[in-house]
Amino acid sequence: MDAIRTEALTKRYGKARGIEQVSLRVQQGEFFGFIGPNGAGKSTTIRTLLGLLRPTSGTAEVCGYPVGREMRPILARVGYLPSESAFYPGMRVGEVLRLSAGLRKKSCKEAAGRLCERLQLDPGRRVEELSFGNRKKVGIVCALQHDPELLILDEPTSGLDPLMQKEFFAILQERHKSGATIFLSSHILSEVQRNCGRAAIIREGRVIACDSIEALARTSARRVTLHGSAPLEGLAGIRDKKEADGIVSFLYSGEMGRLLAALAAGQVRDLTVTEPDLEEIFLHYYEGKGDVG
Amino acid sequence: MTLFFHELRQGRKALAVWSGGIGLLLAICIFLFPEMKGQVDGLNEVFSSMGSFTAAFGMDRLNFGTLTGFYAIECGNILGLGGAFYASFCAVGILAKEEKDHTAEFLMTHPVSRVRVLTEKLAAVLAQILGMNVLLFALAAGCIAAIGEPLPWKELWLLHLAYTLLQLELAGICFGISAFLRRGGFGVGLGLAAMLYFLELVANISEKAEFLKYITPFGYAEGADILEQGSLDGGLVAIGLALGAAGIAAGYWQYTHKDLH
Repeated sequence: MDAIRTEALTKRYGKARGIEQVSLRVQQGEFFGFIGPNGAGKSTTIRTLLGLLRPTSGTAEVCGYPVGREMRPILARVGYLPSESAFYPGMRVGEVLRLSAGLRKKSCKEAAGRLCERLQLDPGRRVEELSFGNRKKVGIVCALQHDPELLILDEPTSGLDPLMQKEFFAILQERHKSGATIFLSSHILSEVQRNCGRAAIIREGRVIACDSIEALARTSARRVTLHGSAPLEGLAGIRDKKEADGIVSFLYSGEMGRLLAALAAGQVRDLTVTEPDLEEIFLHYYEGKGDVG
Repeated sequence: MTLFFHELRQGRKALAVWSGGIGLLLAICIFLFPEMKGQVDGLNEVFSSMGSFTAAFGMDRLNFGTLTGFYAIECGNILGLGGAFYASFCAVGILAKEEKDHTAEFLMTHPVSRVRVLTEKLAAVLAQILGMNVLLFALAAGCIAAIGEPLPWKELWLLHLAYTLLQLELAGICFGISAFLRRGGFGVGLGLAAMLYFLELVANISEKAEFLKYITPFGYAEGADILEQGSLDGGLVAIGLALGAAGIAAGYWQYTHKDLH
C-alpha cells in the first residue's frame, strides 16, 4: 500500500502559486524527502493532503483513504508538524500537549513525557513565552506523541539548534525503523540527503524530479570557490564560472581527481567546496532532464 | 467535548470581564433607584418632554417611578447593549480566530471533523452567553431584593428572556460571519450590534421606520412594549431566531467548504 499517492493534484488559489499536476507515490515505510525552495508549493501540497485546502483538480490518497470531505481516518494516522507552529495563547506546553491528545481521544502522557525529556522541553512553560525553536519542539511532540503511521514534517528543523536537530533526526530514524513512513519537506538538501531514501524536487508548483537520493545526488554538481589562481582551462564539467577580485567560483560536475590536480598546479590560498544551492540544482534539472518527474 | 471545554477555558477571561462590567453597571443602576423614586415626579416630566429622544428610548410609555419602568429603561439599555456587544464579540471571533492566530493548522489536522469543530464551538458560544445571562439575572434579582423592592418576577423574567434571545440571535449571525473571515472581526461584530441598536432607536422615533423593528433584534427586546403587553412579540422573536439560525447555517456551509490557511 502507498502511504501517499497523488494523481495530477492541482491547487490554484488567489495570488499564491499553488501546485500543478503533482503526481507522487510514497510507499509505506519510506523516508521520503520533498525538496524545493520557499514558495515552490511544498506546504500547499501538504495542506492539500491534510484536507486544509480543497484541491482544484486531481486526486490524493493518504494511508489508503481518499483525501476529501471525510478526513478523520487519515488525520488519526498522521502526525503533522507545520513549518510554523502556532498555539492558543495563555496555555502551558503541557496543556497544549494534553489538548492535542484529547482531540485524538488518546492519552499520550508517557510518550509526551519521554519526548519532552529528549527534546529538553519544559511542559510548565507558557507557549507565548517560547522561542521559535521551542515552539517547534511543542509541534514535534504533538506530531509524534500519538505514534502515527505517517509523519508529515514541513521544514522541521528551522529554529532548532544543531544538537536538537541531531536528536530530532535520531528520533525520526527510530520511528522509521519501527515502521513509520516519513515525509520530510525541506529546502535543506543535506538533511534530505542524509536521511531520506527517495526524494522529489518541486519547483514553481511542479514536481520536476523524483528519484532515489543516490540518483539525485549523482547528478548534482559542487560549487567550488577558490582564492588565487589555478589552470582550469580545458577542464571538463565547469559551468557558471565567475571571477572577481582574485576569487574564482564555478560549478563543477566533472571528475574530482582532475580538479584536484589542476588546483594543486595552481596558486590557491583558500578553497571551499560546497553543495550547490538548490537553485543551481534546479537549473541543472532544467537544463538536463527537465521533465524527469 | 474536548474542544468545547477548551473554548470555555479560552473565553473565561472575556466572560468574566464582560459579566463583571455589565453586572457592575446593572447593580449601580438598581441601587440608584430608591433615590430616583423620590424625585420621580420631576423626572417623569423631564424625561417625557424630550421629544424624539423620549420616544427613542420608549420613555413616553414607561413610568420612571416604578421599578419595572425604571429597570426597563436604564438597566435594559445596559443589559441590551452590553449583552449584545458581548454576544457579538464572543461569536464573531470563534471561528475567525483560528485562521487569524494561525491555530487552524493545529486544530484541523487532528482527527476531528469540521462539523464537530463547528458544533462544539457553537455550543461553547451559546453556553457562555447563557451563563452570563443566568448570572446577571441572579444578580439583578439579588440587587432588587437588597434595595427592599418587591420582586417583579414576571417582568424581570420577560425582560431578561428577551435580552437573552437577542444575544442568541446576534451570536448566530456573527457565528455565520465568523466563518467567512480570515482575520479578526471584532469590529464587524461590535459594529453590527451597535448598528442594530440604533436601528431600533430610529424605529422608535419615526413611524415610517417602524418596519426596522422586524430587522433588528432590539425590536422584540423593547422594554416599553414588553411591559405594556406583558409578553414578548412571538412574531418578532420567530423572525429573529430564524435570522440567527440562518447565520448558523451559513456558517456551517461556509466553514465545511472553505480552504483553511
